[in-house]
Amino acid sequence: MAEIIIKNLRKDFGNFTAVQSSTFKIEDGEFFMLLGPSGCGKTTTLRMIAGLELPTSGEIYIDGEEVGQKPASERDIAFVFQMFALYPHMNVRKNISYPLVSQGFSRAQVRAKVAEVARILGIEDILNRPVGGLSGGDRQRVALGRAIVRNPKAFMMDEPLGALDAEFRERMAEELRALHDRMRATTVYVTHDQLEAMQMGDKIVVMNHGVIEQFGTPQDIYDKPATMFVADFIGSPAMNFLKFRGSVERGATTISLGGVSHGVPEMREPRDGDLVFGVRPEHVRLVDAGEYRGKVRATEYLGTTQIVTLDTSNGPLKARIGAEQPARVGETVGIEFNAATVTLFDSQSGQALRSDLNEGVIGHG
Amino acid sequence: MSGYSITEPSRRQKWVAGTLVVLYALITIMPLIWIITTGFKSPVDSISYPPKVLFEPSLEGYVNLFTTRTRVSPEQLAQLPPPKRWYEEIVRNRDMVIAGPSRYGERFMNSVIIGFGSTFLSVFLGTLAAYAFSRFKVPLKDDLLFFILSTRMMPPIAVAIPIFLMFRKLGLSDTHLGMILLYTAVNISLAVWLLKGFIDEIPREYEEAALIDGYTRFQAFYKVVLPQAATGIASTAIFCLIFAWNEYAFAVLLTSGTAQTAPPFIPTIIGVGGQDWPAVAAGATLFLLPVMIFTIFLRKHLLRGITFGAVRK
Ligand SMILES: Nc1ncnc2c1ncn2[C@@H]1O[C@H](COP(=O)(O)OP(=O)(O)O)[C@@H](O)[C@H]1O
Ligand SMILES: [Mg+2]
Repeated sequence: MAEIIIKNLRKDFGNFTAVQSSTFKIEDGEFFMLLGPSGCGKTTTLRMIAGLELPTSGEIYIDGEEVGQKPASERDIAFVFQMFALYPHMNVRKNISYPLVSQGFSRAQVRAKVAEVARILGIEDILNRPVGGLSGGDRQRVALGRAIVRNPKAFMMDEPLGALDAEFRERMAEELRALHDRMRATTVYVTHDQLEAMQMGDKIVVMNHGVIEQFGTPQDIYDKPATMFVADFIGSPAMNFLKFRGSVERGATTISLGGVSHGVPEMREPRDGDLVFGVRPEHVRLVDAGEYRGKVRATEYLGTTQIVTLDTSNGPLKARIGAEQPARVGETVGIEFNAATVTLFDSQSGQALRSDLNEGVIGHG
Repeated sequence: MSGYSITEPSRRQKWVAGTLVVLYALITIMPLIWIITTGFKSPVDSISYPPKVLFEPSLEGYVNLFTTRTRVSPEQLAQLPPPKRWYEEIVRNRDMVIAGPSRYGERFMNSVIIGFGSTFLSVFLGTLAAYAFSRFKVPLKDDLLFFILSTRMMPPIAVAIPIFLMFRKLGLSDTHLGMILLYTAVNISLAVWLLKGFIDEIPREYEEAALIDGYTRFQAFYKVVLPQAATGIASTAIFCLIFAWNEYAFAVLLTSGTAQTAPPFIPTIIGVGGQDWPAVAAGATLFLLPVMIFTIFLRKHLLRGITFGAVRK
C-alpha cells in the first residue's frame, strides 16, 4: 500500500516531449485514472512510475521515497500490460508464481499463495493450462493474478480492458473494481475511455499532448471542467460550446448571448473578448416560449431520453430531454439553460473562467 | 453433385498437385538414394551396366571405409588363423588382410568438432549481438548492421589467400581452433541478421514483465527471451551447421593433417586400391547423417513457430 507523488515529471524522446511537467498526488488505496486520448503520454507516465522508463527530469515518490532513477525490480510495483504479456512458454500456474520465484519463496509458500490468488480470481480450474489457448477474460485474470500474488505496493494497469471484447469489458471492469475494493491497493489505471474512467475511478487525471488538463474526482471533472478540452472529452454527447463575443465583470451573474440575457454562476474573474458558453446537454431545456431560440435539426431517440440537435445563432447545440417531450425536426423552439451549471471559457486559451461553480476546483487563475 | 468451392481446390487439382510434388520429391531424392544404395553394393555391382537396382547387399564398402588393407598371396592367406571377426572375413575374400584403421573416423570427428563448435559459437555470439541490436540504442546501429551483412557480399573463398597467410602467421593453419574461428566468422553475419529478425518479433513486454517481477535484465534475457527465440535459434543453428559441415574449399586449403575435415578426405578414398565407389558412398552416407539427425531433432522447434498467442488474440 502506498502513496505516490509525482512532481514536475517530464519525458523527452529526442526532440519530442511526451510528458510535460506533470504534478499530481495519488492517495494510499486510491483507484486512480490516467485519462486522455491516444498518444497523450499516459503509458509513458505509467512506465515512468513503474521504472520501465527513466524520467528526463522530475521526481517520483513512492511512500515518501524518491524512486525516479531506481530500476523497476526495486520499486515493488506490479504492472498489467495492455496486451497482458503473459509468458507464453509457461502455463498459468508458472505465470502467476513467476514473481514469487524471483523473491526466493519456498515451493510450499508459492503453491499456497498461487492457490489463494486463483481462488480470489476464480481461475483454479485453469491453473495447469498453457496460456496460449485462454480466452481474453481468462488472460486478463491470469495477468491480474501475476500482479496481485506478491502483494506489491501499487498496481499499474495500462488499458487492461482494451484487448477485451465489449461484452467482457463491462464484466471485467466490475471484477477489477471489486478486487480493488477488497484489496484497497493503490492502483494507477490508464484508459482512453472516459466512461470507464468515470465509472471506476476515485480520482482522474485528464491528459492531452503530454500536459495535465485537470486533476480531480469524476464529479468535479464532469461538472466543473477546467478546460474546453476536458469538457469536450468527458461526457457523451460532449458539453455544448456556444461561441460569443462579450465581456464579463467580476461578480456578474448574467451574460448576454445572442442578445438574450442568460444566468451564469457568479463570476470570480473578469474577461473581455471571444468567449465560450459551456453547458451540458442535460442542462438544456426546450420550452415553447423563451427569447433564445433554435431550430431543431435532428433527434436521436435513446429510450427514456432523446438527444435533440438544434441550430442556434451561436452554433449547434445538443439537448438531452425526456423521450416523451415533442421535438419535431424543422420546428423552432425556445431554449433555456440551467444557470448554476454553466461554465464560461476563454476561447483563445480554452481555460475555464473562475466562478462560484468551479472556484477551488480548477487549478489555474 | 456438382457443388464446388472457390477456396477449396477440386479433387483433380489436388491430384495434379500431389503428383507433381511426389515427382519433384523423387527427382531430388534420387541422388541421395543412389549414394545410400551404392554404399551397400559390392564394387562390381557398383559399376555394373546397366545399373543394378536389385543387388545383394554387402558391407564391404563400410569395411573398406574404416580400414586400410594389404594384399596377400593365397598361400599366405591359407596359413593365417581363421578370421575372428565378420569384417576380417569380408576382407580376406578379396585376398587381403586388415592393416589398420583408416583415418575416416578421425576426419569425421574433426568435422563434428569444427562443425558443431563453430555452429555453437556463431549462434551464441549471434544471439547476444542480435539482442543488443534489437533492444538497445547502439550508436551507428544501421551502419554496423550493414557492415556485418557486407562481409557476405562476396564469396568467402575470395579472401582465401589473405586468410591463408594470416592463419600461417598466427599459427592457426590446420588447427581445430582456426577452422572454428573461420567458419564462425563466415556464419556470424547470417546468424546476427536471422536472429535479429526473430528477436524483433518478440514483444518487449515479456522482458519488462520479468523486470517488474523482480528479475535482472540478464535473467529476463535468458529466462524469457531465449525460450521465445528457440525457433529462431534452431533454424539459425541448422543453417550455420550446414555451411560449416559441407564447406570444402577452405578445408582443402587450410587443413591437411590434424584438423582435416571429412569433405576433403572423402574424395581421397577413391585413390586407395582402385576406384572404390562403395567406400566413397559409405563415407558420404555416414557424413550425411549428423546434419540429418540434427535437423530432425530441431524440427519441432522449426515447425512450432513463435507463440504470439499469449500477447494478443
Ligand atoms: N520509446 C519512444 N520513443 C519515441 N517516442 C515515443 C516512445 N514512446 C512513446 N513515444 C511517443 O510519446 C507519445 C506518448 O506515447 P504514450 O505514452 O504511449 O501515449 P498513450 O499511452 O497516451 O497513448 C506518443 O506520441 C508516442 O509516439
Ligand atoms: Mg498507451
